[in-house]
Amino acid sequence: MEYKISNRLRLTAIILMVVGLLGVGYGFITSNKSFAEVETMLANESHHGDGHGETAAHGEETHQVETVGHDAHASDVSHDEGHEVVDEHTKHVNHVMHAMHNRPWSAFYVAAFFFMMIALGALAFYAIQYVSQSGWSPLVLRVMEGITAYLLPGALIVLAIAVASGTIGHYNIFVWMDPEVVAHDKLIQGKTGWLNIWGFLIRGLIFIGGWSLYRHFSRKFSIAQDKANDNKNFKKTFRISAAFLVFFIYTESMMSWDWIMSVDPHWFSTLFGWYVFAGMMVCGITVIAFITIYLKTKGLLPQVNDSHIHDLAKFMFAFSIFWTYLWFSQFMLIWYSNIPEEVTYFVTRIEDYKLPFFGMLAMNFIFPLLLLMNSDYKRVPWFVVMAGIVILAGHYIDIFNMIMPATVGDQWYIGIPEIASLLFFAGLFIFIVFTALTKAPLAQTRNPFIKESEHFHY
Amino acid sequence: METSKVIHAIYNDDDVLMAAVKSVKAKRYHIEEIYTPFPVHGLDKAMGLAPTRIAIAAFMYGCIGLAVATLMMNFIMIEDWPQNIGGKPSFSYLENMPAFVPIMFELTVFFAAHLMVITFYLRSRMWPFKKAENPDPRTTDDHFLMEIAVHGNEKELHDLLSETGAVEINVVDNTH
Repeated sequence: MEYKISNRLRLTAIILMVVGLLGVGYGFITSNKSFAEVETMLANESHHGDGHGETAAHGEETHQVETVGHDAHASDVSHDEGHEVVDEHTKHVNHVMHAMHNRPWSAFYVAAFFFMMIALGALAFYAIQYVSQSGWSPLVLRVMEGITAYLLPGALIVLAIAVASGTIGHYNIFVWMDPEVVAHDKLIQGKTGWLNIWGFLIRGLIFIGGWSLYRHFSRKFSIAQDKANDNKNFKKTFRISAAFLVFFIYTESMMSWDWIMSVDPHWFSTLFGWYVFAGMMVCGITVIAFITIYLKTKGLLPQVNDSHIHDLAKFMFAFSIFWTYLWFSQFMLIWYSNIPEEVTYFVTRIEDYKLPFFGMLAMNFIFPLLLLMNSDYKRVPWFVVMAGIVILAGHYIDIFNMIMPATVGDQWYIGIPEIASLLFFAGLFIFIVFTALTKAPLAQTRNPFIKESEHFHY
Repeated sequence: METSKVIHAIYNDDDVLMAAVKSVKAKRYHIEEIYTPFPVHGLDKAMGLAPTRIAIAAFMYGCIGLAVATLMMNFIMIEDWPQNIGGKPSFSYLENMPAFVPIMFELTVFFAAHLMVITFYLRSRMWPFKKAENPDPRTTDDHFLMEIAVHGNEKELHDLLSETGAVEINVVDNTH
């Protein structure tokens, strides 16, 4: 069935983008505090004796303790490491000032990555459907194609923000982009073979190019298959999907090192790529379920029945648990061995991000575990939507927890820059995805498995 | 209500059996039992059997397993003898919890799985020296058998069942 984007939806998307952009602009303007301003702000706070107003978790700690705490991981964030002449006070104020400057950049980056990751997860899921020749999913393949339309612009934006933060910005996300920091940091110097801005950019473009090529051709063959007399196009999609999945699992892993893990250039984890992958699969599948349910309630996907919803919800459930498994495996191995060079990653997160760090665990694990365990609940659309909202919010916080501690440290808060960035990308995402959905019929007609999918019953 | 006589209708195709079940149900006869060599998809629904609650039982067993693991390790590692083993913080359960999670997980699965299987055996009355309740050995190979109690309506039942495509209809004394 043809889909036409409703004016209301388009208007909502545009309003989201405009409001979001205004908020992002506001974030950039207000964060640009001078040294003196930060100094007076910090002085006021220590007089009040309730720590940084923005971090309730730090309420009882004194100013002095924080200074010491910061210096312990100053090399991650501070750009003034080399200036040995500056006294403790100047160092601390500078540190806080940089963290504040970093905040709108990081907020924008986190939101950009979050929506990019939804599209990428949906693309990987799409390829898996073709390769596994699954019989239930052909009815929702077009929905996935719509979501993956966001991948090219979304990923380019992520890369652009990353590169801009190191060129026009003041190394606001990746400290290894700062030659000043690298000059005084033996560990980063050893990694410059990988962590250099040209390599970063070229690798990023290769990843995005590969993903987008697959997306372009699979979409092309999918539409050609509708009008074909044989299954040649389907077979071609099958082959490129298999090749894409191999390419994807390598590039996804490297992408996670580049785009996420390198915000903490002193830290490394071997299962990080899988961990990011699990998160993106959950988000991708959740959004597929959302849009399928939305289109179904509009009467545009009449063939989709509650068994399809059930299957999507099962995948949401299973990948939530898979994500938790990887999260815990990473956390527990590091916690158990407690090697100082890798455990700082979790020490800063547990000290400064206690609520988001453990809160997301409840949102991404306990909540879906209990809600989506029951087979009957998985067939109820509003139930799936409610669980999905929590899952998406939880995974936004997951990305937040990965980026923010390295860039803004304890100066974090979910305020205007964060929410505005989310709104902006939500608007962009809705606009691009639903525009892409209008470009082709909402269900494939000549997929060899479409009949099976129409009669899918669990 | 037990009767002295039952009718055994034998089919050799699961689709025919399904159709037969539907027509027998439509005539409001009570099907005592159906014997099949393999699971027939949708048979329970056609017979109007209540859905199983074994998953709910398994969930509760899992909770029991989680509680057992937690209480056991809390007592052993934290309360009874809180040693310093390799610098792990055994001051409270929460502080040392990541180390206990693998055991908590495994015991949850262990309890859920094993107790569920035992529940299944108990509820379906299966044990090693149990006498097989098979009215016709062919039903373990390639035949399907529907058993309906006879209440003096042998003739009409016989007609109905032969209409549904039964290959063999026997009236036998009730053995159980």
